[in-house]
Amino acid sequence: MKNRPPLLLLTSLVLLFLALPIVLIVTVSFSSAVYLTFPPPAFGLRWYRAYLGSADWLASTWLSLAVAAATVALATILGTLAALGLTRLPRAVRTAAAALILSPLIVPGIVVAIGIYYAFSRWGLIGSPVGLVLAHTCLAVPFVVTSVSASLANFDRRLEQAARSLGATPWGAFRQVTLPLIRPGVLVGALFAFITSFDELIVALFLSGSGAVTLPRRMWDDLRFAIDPTIAAVSTLTIVFTALLLGGAHVLRQRTAR
Amino acid sequence: MDGGLAPLAAARVGRGASVSLVDLEKRFEGVGAVRGISLEVASGEFLTLLGPSGSGKTTTLMMIAGFETPSGGDIAIDRQSVVGVPPHRRNIGMVFQNYALFPHLTVAENIAFPLKQRGVDRATRAARVVEALQLVRLPGYEARYPRQLSGGQQQRVALARAIVFQPRLLLMDEPLGALDKQLRESLQLEMRRLHADLGITFVYVTHDQEEALTMSDRIAVVNEGRIAQLGRPEELYDRPCDRFVASFLGESNFLTGTVRGMEAGVVVADCAGAVLRAVAPQGLAVGSAVTLSTRPERMRFDGVSGAAEGNRLRTTVTEAVFAGERCRYLLRAEDGTMLVLKEPSSATTRRRAVGEVAEITWPVADTVVV
Repeated sequence: MKNRPPLLLLTSLVLLFLALPIVLIVTVSFSSAVYLTFPPPAFGLRWYRAYLGSADWLASTWLSLAVAAATVALATILGTLAALGLTRLPRAVRTAAAALILSPLIVPGIVVAIGIYYAFSRWGLIGSPVGLVLAHTCLAVPFVVTSVSASLANFDRRLEQAARSLGATPWGAFRQVTLPLIRPGVLVGALFAFITSFDELIVALFLSGSGAVTLPRRMWDDLRFAIDPTIAAVSTLTIVFTALLLGGAHVLRQRTAR
Repeated sequence: MDGGLAPLAAARVGRGASVSLVDLEKRFEGVGAVRGISLEVASGEFLTLLGPSGSGKTTTLMMIAGFETPSGGDIAIDRQSVVGVPPHRRNIGMVFQNYALFPHLTVAENIAFPLKQRGVDRATRAARVVEALQLVRLPGYEARYPRQLSGGQQQRVALARAIVFQPRLLLMDEPLGALDKQLRESLQLEMRRLHADLGITFVYVTHDQEEALTMSDRIAVVNEGRIAQLGRPEELYDRPCDRFVASFLGESNFLTGTVRGMEAGVVVADCAGAVLRAVAPQGLAVGSAVTLSTRPERMRFDGVSGAAEGNRLRTTVTEAVFAGERCRYLLRAEDGTMLVLKEPSSATTRRRAVGEVAEITWPVADTVVV
């Protein structure tokens, strides 16, 4: 009890430190000034209008959403299958296979990006949304595998056997018994796959070329060449969007715990 | 039979499926879990595979169900080999140790599951679910979820689900293992009743000898991947073929000695400082070593009513325990062999004191060579 006030203070400071960038950006996004200045001289929605009025910004937004959606579809299917497959492997093989699947999490992003760049440039996948989807899938699969594996750890394999003994085909047992029971893990994995792709910059720097400029990539370019508060508006929208997704994931987890 | 039972029981095909296991083997990474099991289960029989954990009884059951592939030998159901047939096409009911009810489905949905797989229409499914729940004496529980039921109730639902599609063979893997003693006993009787009502073949796996003795038509005692002995419960109890069966199925006293001679199906041997006789199906060479086995409750103190002539041994009481329905005595023979004697308790029987010297007797017919 004695420690309470200092602890409270420390916690508040840490939280403030974490929230400060977000607070700054959100504030600046409502600025009326032409430059990125803080504090803003006055407030307005001009930079949100600038964003919505820019064909380039909107194109990048749609591209990012499309790439993320495709990544979710691919990574969720592959990741779920991989997690299921891992449980069926002998222990020694399983550890090795899991390490391989999770390696994009461990290898520095820039190294992955360079590797993908060299491979994809040979196959003509630079500047193509397909290349981005494939690369983002590599990065997103570990999240899906981790999340689905956690669900599978609580799943009793005998339920699948029971379904089979009652006349369900292997696919029928998966669809009617396994999938409904691991669904929260799959959905959380899918959310993280979405966020992974939607926020991804490093791979996009290498793969976007001039044909497939994603939202993070356009923000990067914008920062380097023309600093104006549009980027703050875009950032704010991205933050809100991501926060909503994470909130959804939280609700899902809560429902699993029930 | 309960005349009011709905069509599920009435529609009994008369008989269940027959099961033949021929030299069945299963090796896991070279280690033999099942090492040549041959067994004929008759149509409509209640057969129990009884054995300690790791004896291969569950692996055998899993092979019949189709979840494990035999490393050798054959499994036939109704004379048709099922090796290579996937589990969902074997049409076998199965009850798992921890029930394996689907937690995301209601009781009704759980029971309707096998019917849904078979394309049974919704109305028929609902009617059959009601019947099945009546059969396991759990009517009105359709809308509950498994987690809202007690262990015994979950087990009944698992049973209902395993028989609702009218399989001709029901496999059970220690289905009562997780329940307390009283519930277990009442469910044992219920299983017997279900078996009689349905007329289908039951193959039951357990490590509980009492459960096996109570319910089975025949018991196969499994040890180290082989069948040690197969027979009716009384046969196994009265005539265990070896030391393992004699000690695993009930309690036994073992007396070791040497063969003195044979007299018309009876072996005479020097054991524990006395001359004892035992039933011996085949002749034994004079001078060879022999172990005799007798059940503790077949022995009596000399002079007590019901004491039968036959074998007789001088012992010293080393421990006396009153256990309600019986008194349990630990006795030491003159050569040091320890014996257990169980005497039905009554207010008129004299309790023996520790240190007392007592002659005990038991019939030759209750003594076997193991």
